[in-house]
Amino acid sequence: MITKVVMEALSPTMEEGRIAQWLKKEGDAVKTGDVLAEVETDKAIMELPARGNGVLRKILVGDGQTTAVGNLVAVIAAAEEDISGVVGQSGQQGQSGQQGPAARAPTPPALTAPSALTAAVGREAEAGGRIKASPLARRMAGEKGVDLHRVEGTGPSGRIIKRDVDTALTALTALTAPPPEAEGWEDVALSQVRKAIARRLTQSLAPIPHFYLTAEIDMERAAEARDALNAAGDTKISFNDIVVKVVAMALRQHRACNAWWQGDAVRYFHDVHIGIAVAIDEGLITPVIHHADRKSLRAIATATRELAERARARKLAPEEYTGSTFSISNLGMFGIDEFTAVINPPEAGILAVGAITPTPVAHGGAVAVRRRMRVTMSCDHRIIDGATGAQFLQTVRRMLEQPLAIVW
Amino acid sequence: MSKTFDVIILGGGPAGYVCAIRCAQLGLATAVVERDKLGGVCVNIGCIPSKALLHSARVASVIKHDAAALGITTGEVTLDYGVAMKRSRQVSEQNAKGVEFLMKKHKVTVIPGTGVLQKGRTVKVGNDVFTAGKAVVLATGSRVKGLPQLGLEINKTTVISTDEALFLERVPTSVAIVGAGAVGMEFADIFDAFGSEVTLIEVLPRILPIEDAESSATLARVYKKRGIKLLAGAKVKGAKVAATGVTLEIEANGKTESLTVEKVLMAAGRGLNVEGIGLETAGVQLTDRGFVQVDAQLKTTADGVFAIGDIAGPPMLAHKGSREGVVVAETIAGQHPHPIRYDNIPSVTYCHPEVASIGLTEEACKERKLAYQVGKFPLTANGRARAAIETDGFVKIIRDTKYGEILGAHIVASHASEMIHELALARENEYTVEEVDLAVHAHPTLSEAVAEAALDSLGRVLHT
Repeated sequence: MITKVVMEALSPTMEEGRIAQWLKKEGDAVKTGDVLAEVETDKAIMELPARGNGVLRKILVGDGQTTAVGNLVAVIAAAEEDISGVVGQSGQQGQSGQQGPAARAPTPPALTAPSALTAAVGREAEAGGRIKASPLARRMAGEKGVDLHRVEGTGPSGRIIKRDVDTALTALTALTAPPPEAEGWEDVALSQVRKAIARRLTQSLAPIPHFYLTAEIDMERAAEARDALNAAGDTKISFNDIVVKVVAMALRQHRACNAWWQGDAVRYFHDVHIGIAVAIDEGLITPVIHHADRKSLRAIATATRELAERARARKLAPEEYTGSTFSISNLGMFGIDEFTAVINPPEAGILAVGAITPTPVAHGGAVAVRRRMRVTMSCDHRIIDGATGAQFLQTVRRMLEQPLAIVW
Repeated sequence: MSKTFDVIILGGGPAGYVCAIRCAQLGLATAVVERDKLGGVCVNIGCIPSKALLHSARVASVIKHDAAALGITTGEVTLDYGVAMKRSRQVSEQNAKGVEFLMKKHKVTVIPGTGVLQKGRTVKVGNDVFTAGKAVVLATGSRVKGLPQLGLEINKTTVISTDEALFLERVPTSVAIVGAGAVGMEFADIFDAFGSEVTLIEVLPRILPIEDAESSATLARVYKKRGIKLLAGAKVKGAKVAATGVTLEIEANGKTESLTVEKVLMAAGRGLNVEGIGLETAGVQLTDRGFVQVDAQLKTTADGVFAIGDIAGPPMLAHKGSREGVVVAETIAGQHPHPIRYDNIPSVTYCHPEVASIGLTEEACKERKLAYQVGKFPLTANGRARAAIETDGFVKIIRDTKYGEILGAHIVASHASEMIHELALARENEYTVEEVDLAVHAHPTLSEAVAEAALDSLGRVLHT
């Protein structure tokens, strides 16, 4: 039986993928579940599994090449099976990634899923657009908005049956559901005033009307606390870990800053999930520390280290870099005194953290050299007003300057 | 005779011999070990001869009840069970010969004797030892079993099983049948048609206890009308077995009654043929219920040993065993056969009218809290049924409310056994009730009632 290997949507936002490298070569015997290739997505390097048994007969998209999700990248078939029909059709698809999802086989309208839902685990259907599926599977798919072109059939001769649609639905739910811990929020409809502010500000500063608040924070006591903690325990706590913890706790008090812009509503979260910008070779990714407000400093330190390492190796799972409610970007280690960061939509704000620098300041009626840190908060003005942001920063400053507040 | 095969099958019943044919088709050198007759219980002392007797019963019943109305005048009708029995034996023998022919045709070696499993895919038959290169398949089946704890041990004279009932020269003047499942229902039909006074005793609250309650109710009505005495929810408390008859003490509806009959037919419970075939030696384990423990591929706990048919678990039906035989043969040959859908095996009782079903009963749908819709069509509204004076019965389809999935189907009709397959095919291929209706049904047929029941479940029935 011929199994087409297609570029799968390996992350919720993936539209195309680059074959980082084939782990199997033409002629290798493969079985369902074997990893055929490593695929570089927009977020991470993921594994492309075999969805059938046989021999990897033909590779159509080579190492380093990019192709759109849904396109044929290889063919698995029995050793002697004629695959010319399948391989011949691949010429109709763009292999360079020039063609987007529109290149997929035509889908009957009733079976077309919202684009977010098409990220189902699956396989492209027969190239002619005819899908082998049981009537029951078709009805279920139509009802639930599952695109049968992307569902793998396990019935006789690869026919899609009820079980396959159930499986795809489970996979979809897993992909589109919010991170398991991030339940609990409240959608507050926008008031007319809020809507007007949103409209005006968006027109002037599209797409997100940013504004910035900067504060210089005295870090002497935080440094003392950090030294004491590091002397006492074996987990090394960084300044950034302390900032993450403090920001998370402050967000709990200022829920206006712990929110998502939803277009016609603002989603205020009851839980705090902090995204931490991590530089990687090709740019930036923000792994998420879930429930950072409830985690100990030690837990935050361990999780951050572990996530950052895997982020650099590009091995993060989708749920590990999605679902943050607020983000922090720290360039202090690069000696940057202060900077502004761009909001990670749909979040309401991001805190840019600069270097800790010994600075002469007035202290206790005299000039003293103290360790100071400048932070700048970028706010989405549609959600956060000046005073709201300022009050939040005030709390952050108070907590950092009185780090015992962390244990209150 | 060669002592080495690819596959050795213990038992030549419907599971074993079908497995052998499929193995042979796939190029495997195959042997079947059979201690009695090829075809097993089914062909020799089960499905086949009882159908021959049921046909006699049906014809007798038509002549008795319908001949005059059909314009046929008969003289005095006399019934001879002995003659009917002899014909049923011929039918069995023809079928057994057919199986023999199939074994020869496919070059399957038949080893007469009792196969005893040894360690390491080896089977001992008498003093001969045979070795299977690829696999041993256990298909030893089941046998009748009495209820010795109630004093109803099968003595083959007054307390009999189907093994004896199928060889009687005349029907008993009175008979109590213990168990109103398929076997009990069929023999009640046969004995009644041949003039016995029949009492059917079922411990569960209704006859045909595993069928849909509406099927049970229809058959209860028809049987009562024919004069068959039904005792459902009745418990046999004790038995006095004498040389010429049996007196049963039966507790039903809170009171105990005593019933004296010429013979008692034990039609409840079957024993599994798992003793004396070397299972322990080979490391083949049993389940708590006594079946051979198998995985999804029907592999036992011993390497290279498979089990199929009755010993591999319920339902204990010939067609289930045969399919398992095919699937195991293909697995042994290295193929990946489509797994059996055990929830889609038709169940048929060949009494008159016949009862056939597939999938869930309405009671089971309720228990599982499924959202369902029932579609029903009575045969009184079916032209073909009226023409044949066979209007007892109905077609009932239970569909899932949301998608129209066929959850279960229940048919009571003179030819329910033939009609159920349309719904088996539909369920196997996940057709919904709408596809069943879309297929044009010939007129006039009993099968039109199937399409009408499908329509009725959608609220669109045409002919009621």
